[in-house]
Amino acid sequence: MSQSNRTQGGHIDRSKTLRFTFNGSRLEGHPGDTLASALIANGVRLVGRSFKYHRPRGIFSAGSEEPNALVELRRDAHREPNTRATVTELFDGLAANSQNHRGPLRYDLLAVNDYLSPFLTAGFYYKTFMWPKAFWEKLYEPIIRASAGLGRLSMQEDPDAYDKGFLHCDLLIIGAGPAGLSAALTAARSGARVILADEDFRLGGRLNAETLEISGDSGADWAQATVAELSSMDNVRLMPRTTVYGAYDHGIYGAIERKTDHLADGGGKPRQVLWRIYSRRAILCAGATERSIAFGNNDRPGIMLAGSVRAYANRWAALPGRRVAVFTNNDDGWRTASDLAAQGAEIAAIVDTRERASLAAPAGAAVSMGTSVVDTKGRHGLKGVALSNGSTVECDCLAVSGGWSPNVHLTCHQRGRPVWRDDIAGFAPGPDLPDGMRVAGAANGSLTLAAALREGHEQASAAAGELGFSTVAKTPPAAEDEAVEASAFFHVKNDGPRAWIDLQNDVTAKDVKLAHQEGFRSVEHLKRYTTLGMATDQGKTANLLGLSVMAECTGRTIPETGTTIFRPPYTPVPIGAFAGRARGKEFRPTRLTTSHKWAEERGAVFVEAGQWLRAQWFPQSGETRWRESVDREAAAVRGSVGICDVTTLGKIDIQGRDAAEFLNKVYANGFAKLAVGKVRYGLMLREDGIVMDDGTTARLGENHFVMTTTTANAVSVFRHMEFCRQCLWPGLDVHLISATEQWAQFAVAGPRSRDLLRKAVDPEFDISSEAFPFMGCGEVSVFGGTPARLFRISFSGELAYEIAVPARYGDAMIRALMEVGEEFGVVPYGTEALSVLRIEKGHPVAAELCGQTTARDLGLGRMVSKKKDCIGNTLSERSNLNREDGLSLVGFAPVMRNDQLSAGAHFVSRGKPASTENDEGWMTSVAYSPELGHSIGLGFIAGGHERMGEIIQAADPLRGRTIEVRIVSPHFVDPEGERQRA
Amino acid sequence: MRIPCPLCGARPLEEFVYRGDATVTRPEEGAPMEEWVSYVYLRNNPKGAHREHWRHVAGCGSWLIVDRNTLTHEITRVAEVRPSGDAR
Repeated sequence: MSQSNRTQGGHIDRSKTLRFTFNGSRLEGHPGDTLASALIANGVRLVGRSFKYHRPRGIFSAGSEEPNALVELRRDAHREPNTRATVTELFDGLAANSQNHRGPLRYDLLAVNDYLSPFLTAGFYYKTFMWPKAFWEKLYEPIIRASAGLGRLSMQEDPDAYDKGFLHCDLLIIGAGPAGLSAALTAARSGARVILADEDFRLGGRLNAETLEISGDSGADWAQATVAELSSMDNVRLMPRTTVYGAYDHGIYGAIERKTDHLADGGGKPRQVLWRIYSRRAILCAGATERSIAFGNNDRPGIMLAGSVRAYANRWAALPGRRVAVFTNNDDGWRTASDLAAQGAEIAAIVDTRERASLAAPAGAAVSMGTSVVDTKGRHGLKGVALSNGSTVECDCLAVSGGWSPNVHLTCHQRGRPVWRDDIAGFAPGPDLPDGMRVAGAANGSLTLAAALREGHEQASAAAGELGFSTVAKTPPAAEDEAVEASAFFHVKNDGPRAWIDLQNDVTAKDVKLAHQEGFRSVEHLKRYTTLGMATDQGKTANLLGLSVMAECTGRTIPETGTTIFRPPYTPVPIGAFAGRARGKEFRPTRLTTSHKWAEERGAVFVEAGQWLRAQWFPQSGETRWRESVDREAAAVRGSVGICDVTTLGKIDIQGRDAAEFLNKVYANGFAKLAVGKVRYGLMLREDGIVMDDGTTARLGENHFVMTTTTANAVSVFRHMEFCRQCLWPGLDVHLISATEQWAQFAVAGPRSRDLLRKAVDPEFDISSEAFPFMGCGEVSVFGGTPARLFRISFSGELAYEIAVPARYGDAMIRALMEVGEEFGVVPYGTEALSVLRIEKGHPVAAELCGQTTARDLGLGRMVSKKKDCIGNTLSERSNLNREDGLSLVGFAPVMRNDQLSAGAHFVSRGKPASTENDEGWMTSVAYSPELGHSIGLGFIAGGHERMGEIIQAADPLRGRTIEVRIVSPHFVDPEGERQRA
Repeated sequence: MRIPCPLCGARPLEEFVYRGDATVTRPEEGAPMEEWVSYVYLRNNPKGAHREHWRHVAGCGSWLIVDRNTLTHEITRVAEVRPSGDAR
């Protein structure tokens, strides 16, 4: 069986043969085919099973509206489920499999569901599987998940690449059918920058599927000539295989371009590109979608949309059937009969629900007016239909035309509501279009070829004119207004077999009636109760049928019943395309400090700190556990000297005549009187009185300060300060710049730190304790003239400095510091040891500055000035933030010396159960203190300062551990602070 | 959305961060607590015209006052809060 249903003509390239497989069968097609047209050409009718009842299904349409012919395309990790065969361009080696069946497609074991259909009506899972409750997760859900659903994911990482891009144009034309081509031609000739996008790989839209003529040529030839002219123009970008899926604010459109989907091998190029198109004007020429008619057993393979049957015959020279019957409520169905007859099919019957039709039937076709199809037969493919007049017709294809619905989707993406038009028995775009959008052709409800060409031209002229382009006064190409008279007939009423409304979701007319009966009458409720209009096709062929049945039940008209609002995307867009290149490690930038390479050479273990990678510890040979490294590093700082890269702290350079006054306003403690050459710890509040951040600020000159922030808040603090500067106090002469990445900064900490620095800092700078006391700062030079800033500040509590050099010297600086420090036994230390040292000193970090705590909670209440206007001091005085039994930051030590504390544990008084009502606070930070030889912690507990020495429980239900701890001072080491002043 | 930055021209939404209502004014020093509470916590949620603070964070860094219709996203006016180029 090789292309048994292929006839003459069509827009396929017979000089080349493409081999493909469907469910393992080897088949052939030609360039120009879709998977669907090739299957039809090969006489394949059964292509899948339905969602719920596992009914045999065939190809239903010839476009992106396809509800049935969903396949799994490609193999292994490249496998993509739910791919519509009707828009899948055929390529050599294509492999497709049908989905949603158990066992062979023809003998699906789950077809038993069809016999259970009385129990599987709308909302059945809400009703049937309610009890017993224990059965839900263990029994019902696994069964439902296994039997329902569409294709299978590969469960592997997507190996394909996706890109994103941005385009700008004067005029975006969406759809390259007759209206779109006409519009593009007019706009392009005016000189406007035009983008013409179409979801199909062959531009021309319905012109490729029809036998209509334009200016004496075939429509398809005119389309090709027009495309050729457009592609020769520099101001036109043609985008085939590109779906404009969403209309957003300010003339922005989302589009997905399928770059290599039609190739057997993408050659490493991106599979798809997600475009953001900035347009000044847009013309929607998206055409119309044919809808079905609901009647008994209208879902069998071989029952198809009439316009699609015609498209397969005309465009692809593929006959969906040898003996074709047409069921229509409008003139358009008749053209399927005549076109199919011209391609050599036998027309068994034309069944028209109307009493009169203006078109002639092809020879030999039995015409039944005022008649409906009421039932069909043929389990795996249509064999015949039964008519309302009692007669039956043998046929293997039934072409159904329920009229054409304008593709209004994008007109609704900005809250627009479509309006009902009796003459086309459908919804057309309403008056509230997205800003800058016009609509032309069938999308506008103008269903004839002549109207499409005319409207495309007119709308493009008007849009180009608005933008100041002078349009050429040329008339649109001539074509006739073909007969398109339609009638409002949606549903053959009977009590017989089930009539499908939504093929993809297995929603029948009975389900809609049931929804009405049970009170789900609004359109939105109807959709959610029955699932009508959901999933990949979004009910493009089904929505109006559902509305008509609901309107019938409620006794209202369809426009009174309403229509669901369309949201993006118009057709499915892969999640991978939205992600683009931002996947895995590329999800966000990774920031490296200037000592990173050096730290790597030392074998450092790194940790993510926001976007930064920081050295966590530096293992030495023989160390098998991280604690060994960290204990050694912390002890070395307390015993001699250590070096830690602290570049990641935010640095903000602050300059201006009012810089001091500005700092005095953004910090809660006083800064106005800080002397030049001095550093001060600063506490920053939010306006609501909660602590925002802390850090140190150095005054390098009368009008020059350098602030440090925590690593985590570097961005938000800078933003906040710019708000203060620009919006709150625009009169202050002060300017800010973020200098985080401009300076490489190292903490040099420990009793020998000054000795080490004396070998680094050039001798003309005196860094003795007298000349450079604790909290001093100044500009120096190091290693023979390299500029540097030196700050005598201490996070560890030891004699310590931080030294900053311009970032380009960072790598050389760490290597040089390590070299001169060798004689003092200098060690590099990472963030873990840094954390141990600061917990031993009771310094708060992000775990304590958690956005819920006040200065008072942190034991820093007295720092908040009441004498000045600064951010947050007023609201920090609210009584509830100053309760006697409020939280206090204190230290904790285990009662049993060997117990390990755990961060996140909650405090409960002794003898009370560990429950929420007994919760008195929580542990924020813990560490093993090498100095003390046991675990220590910081945490907040109610009334903590009054409870020194009290023993309480630290309950950690997450880790299943409760231990007893003693409340102690948070200053575990050198509480008087003598070491740092040495 | 695109916001026409007075310094950089029309730029995409991702370059901006939103703060909120630009019509509230920070109370004077010593103002009663109620004024402060209102300034920090109380906001109208208008459907339609709104005046907002946005910052062109991935551009010039300016804080902007943007008149935006919350229903249609139409932007009718954009101005710098603190005019640039002034020598204070």
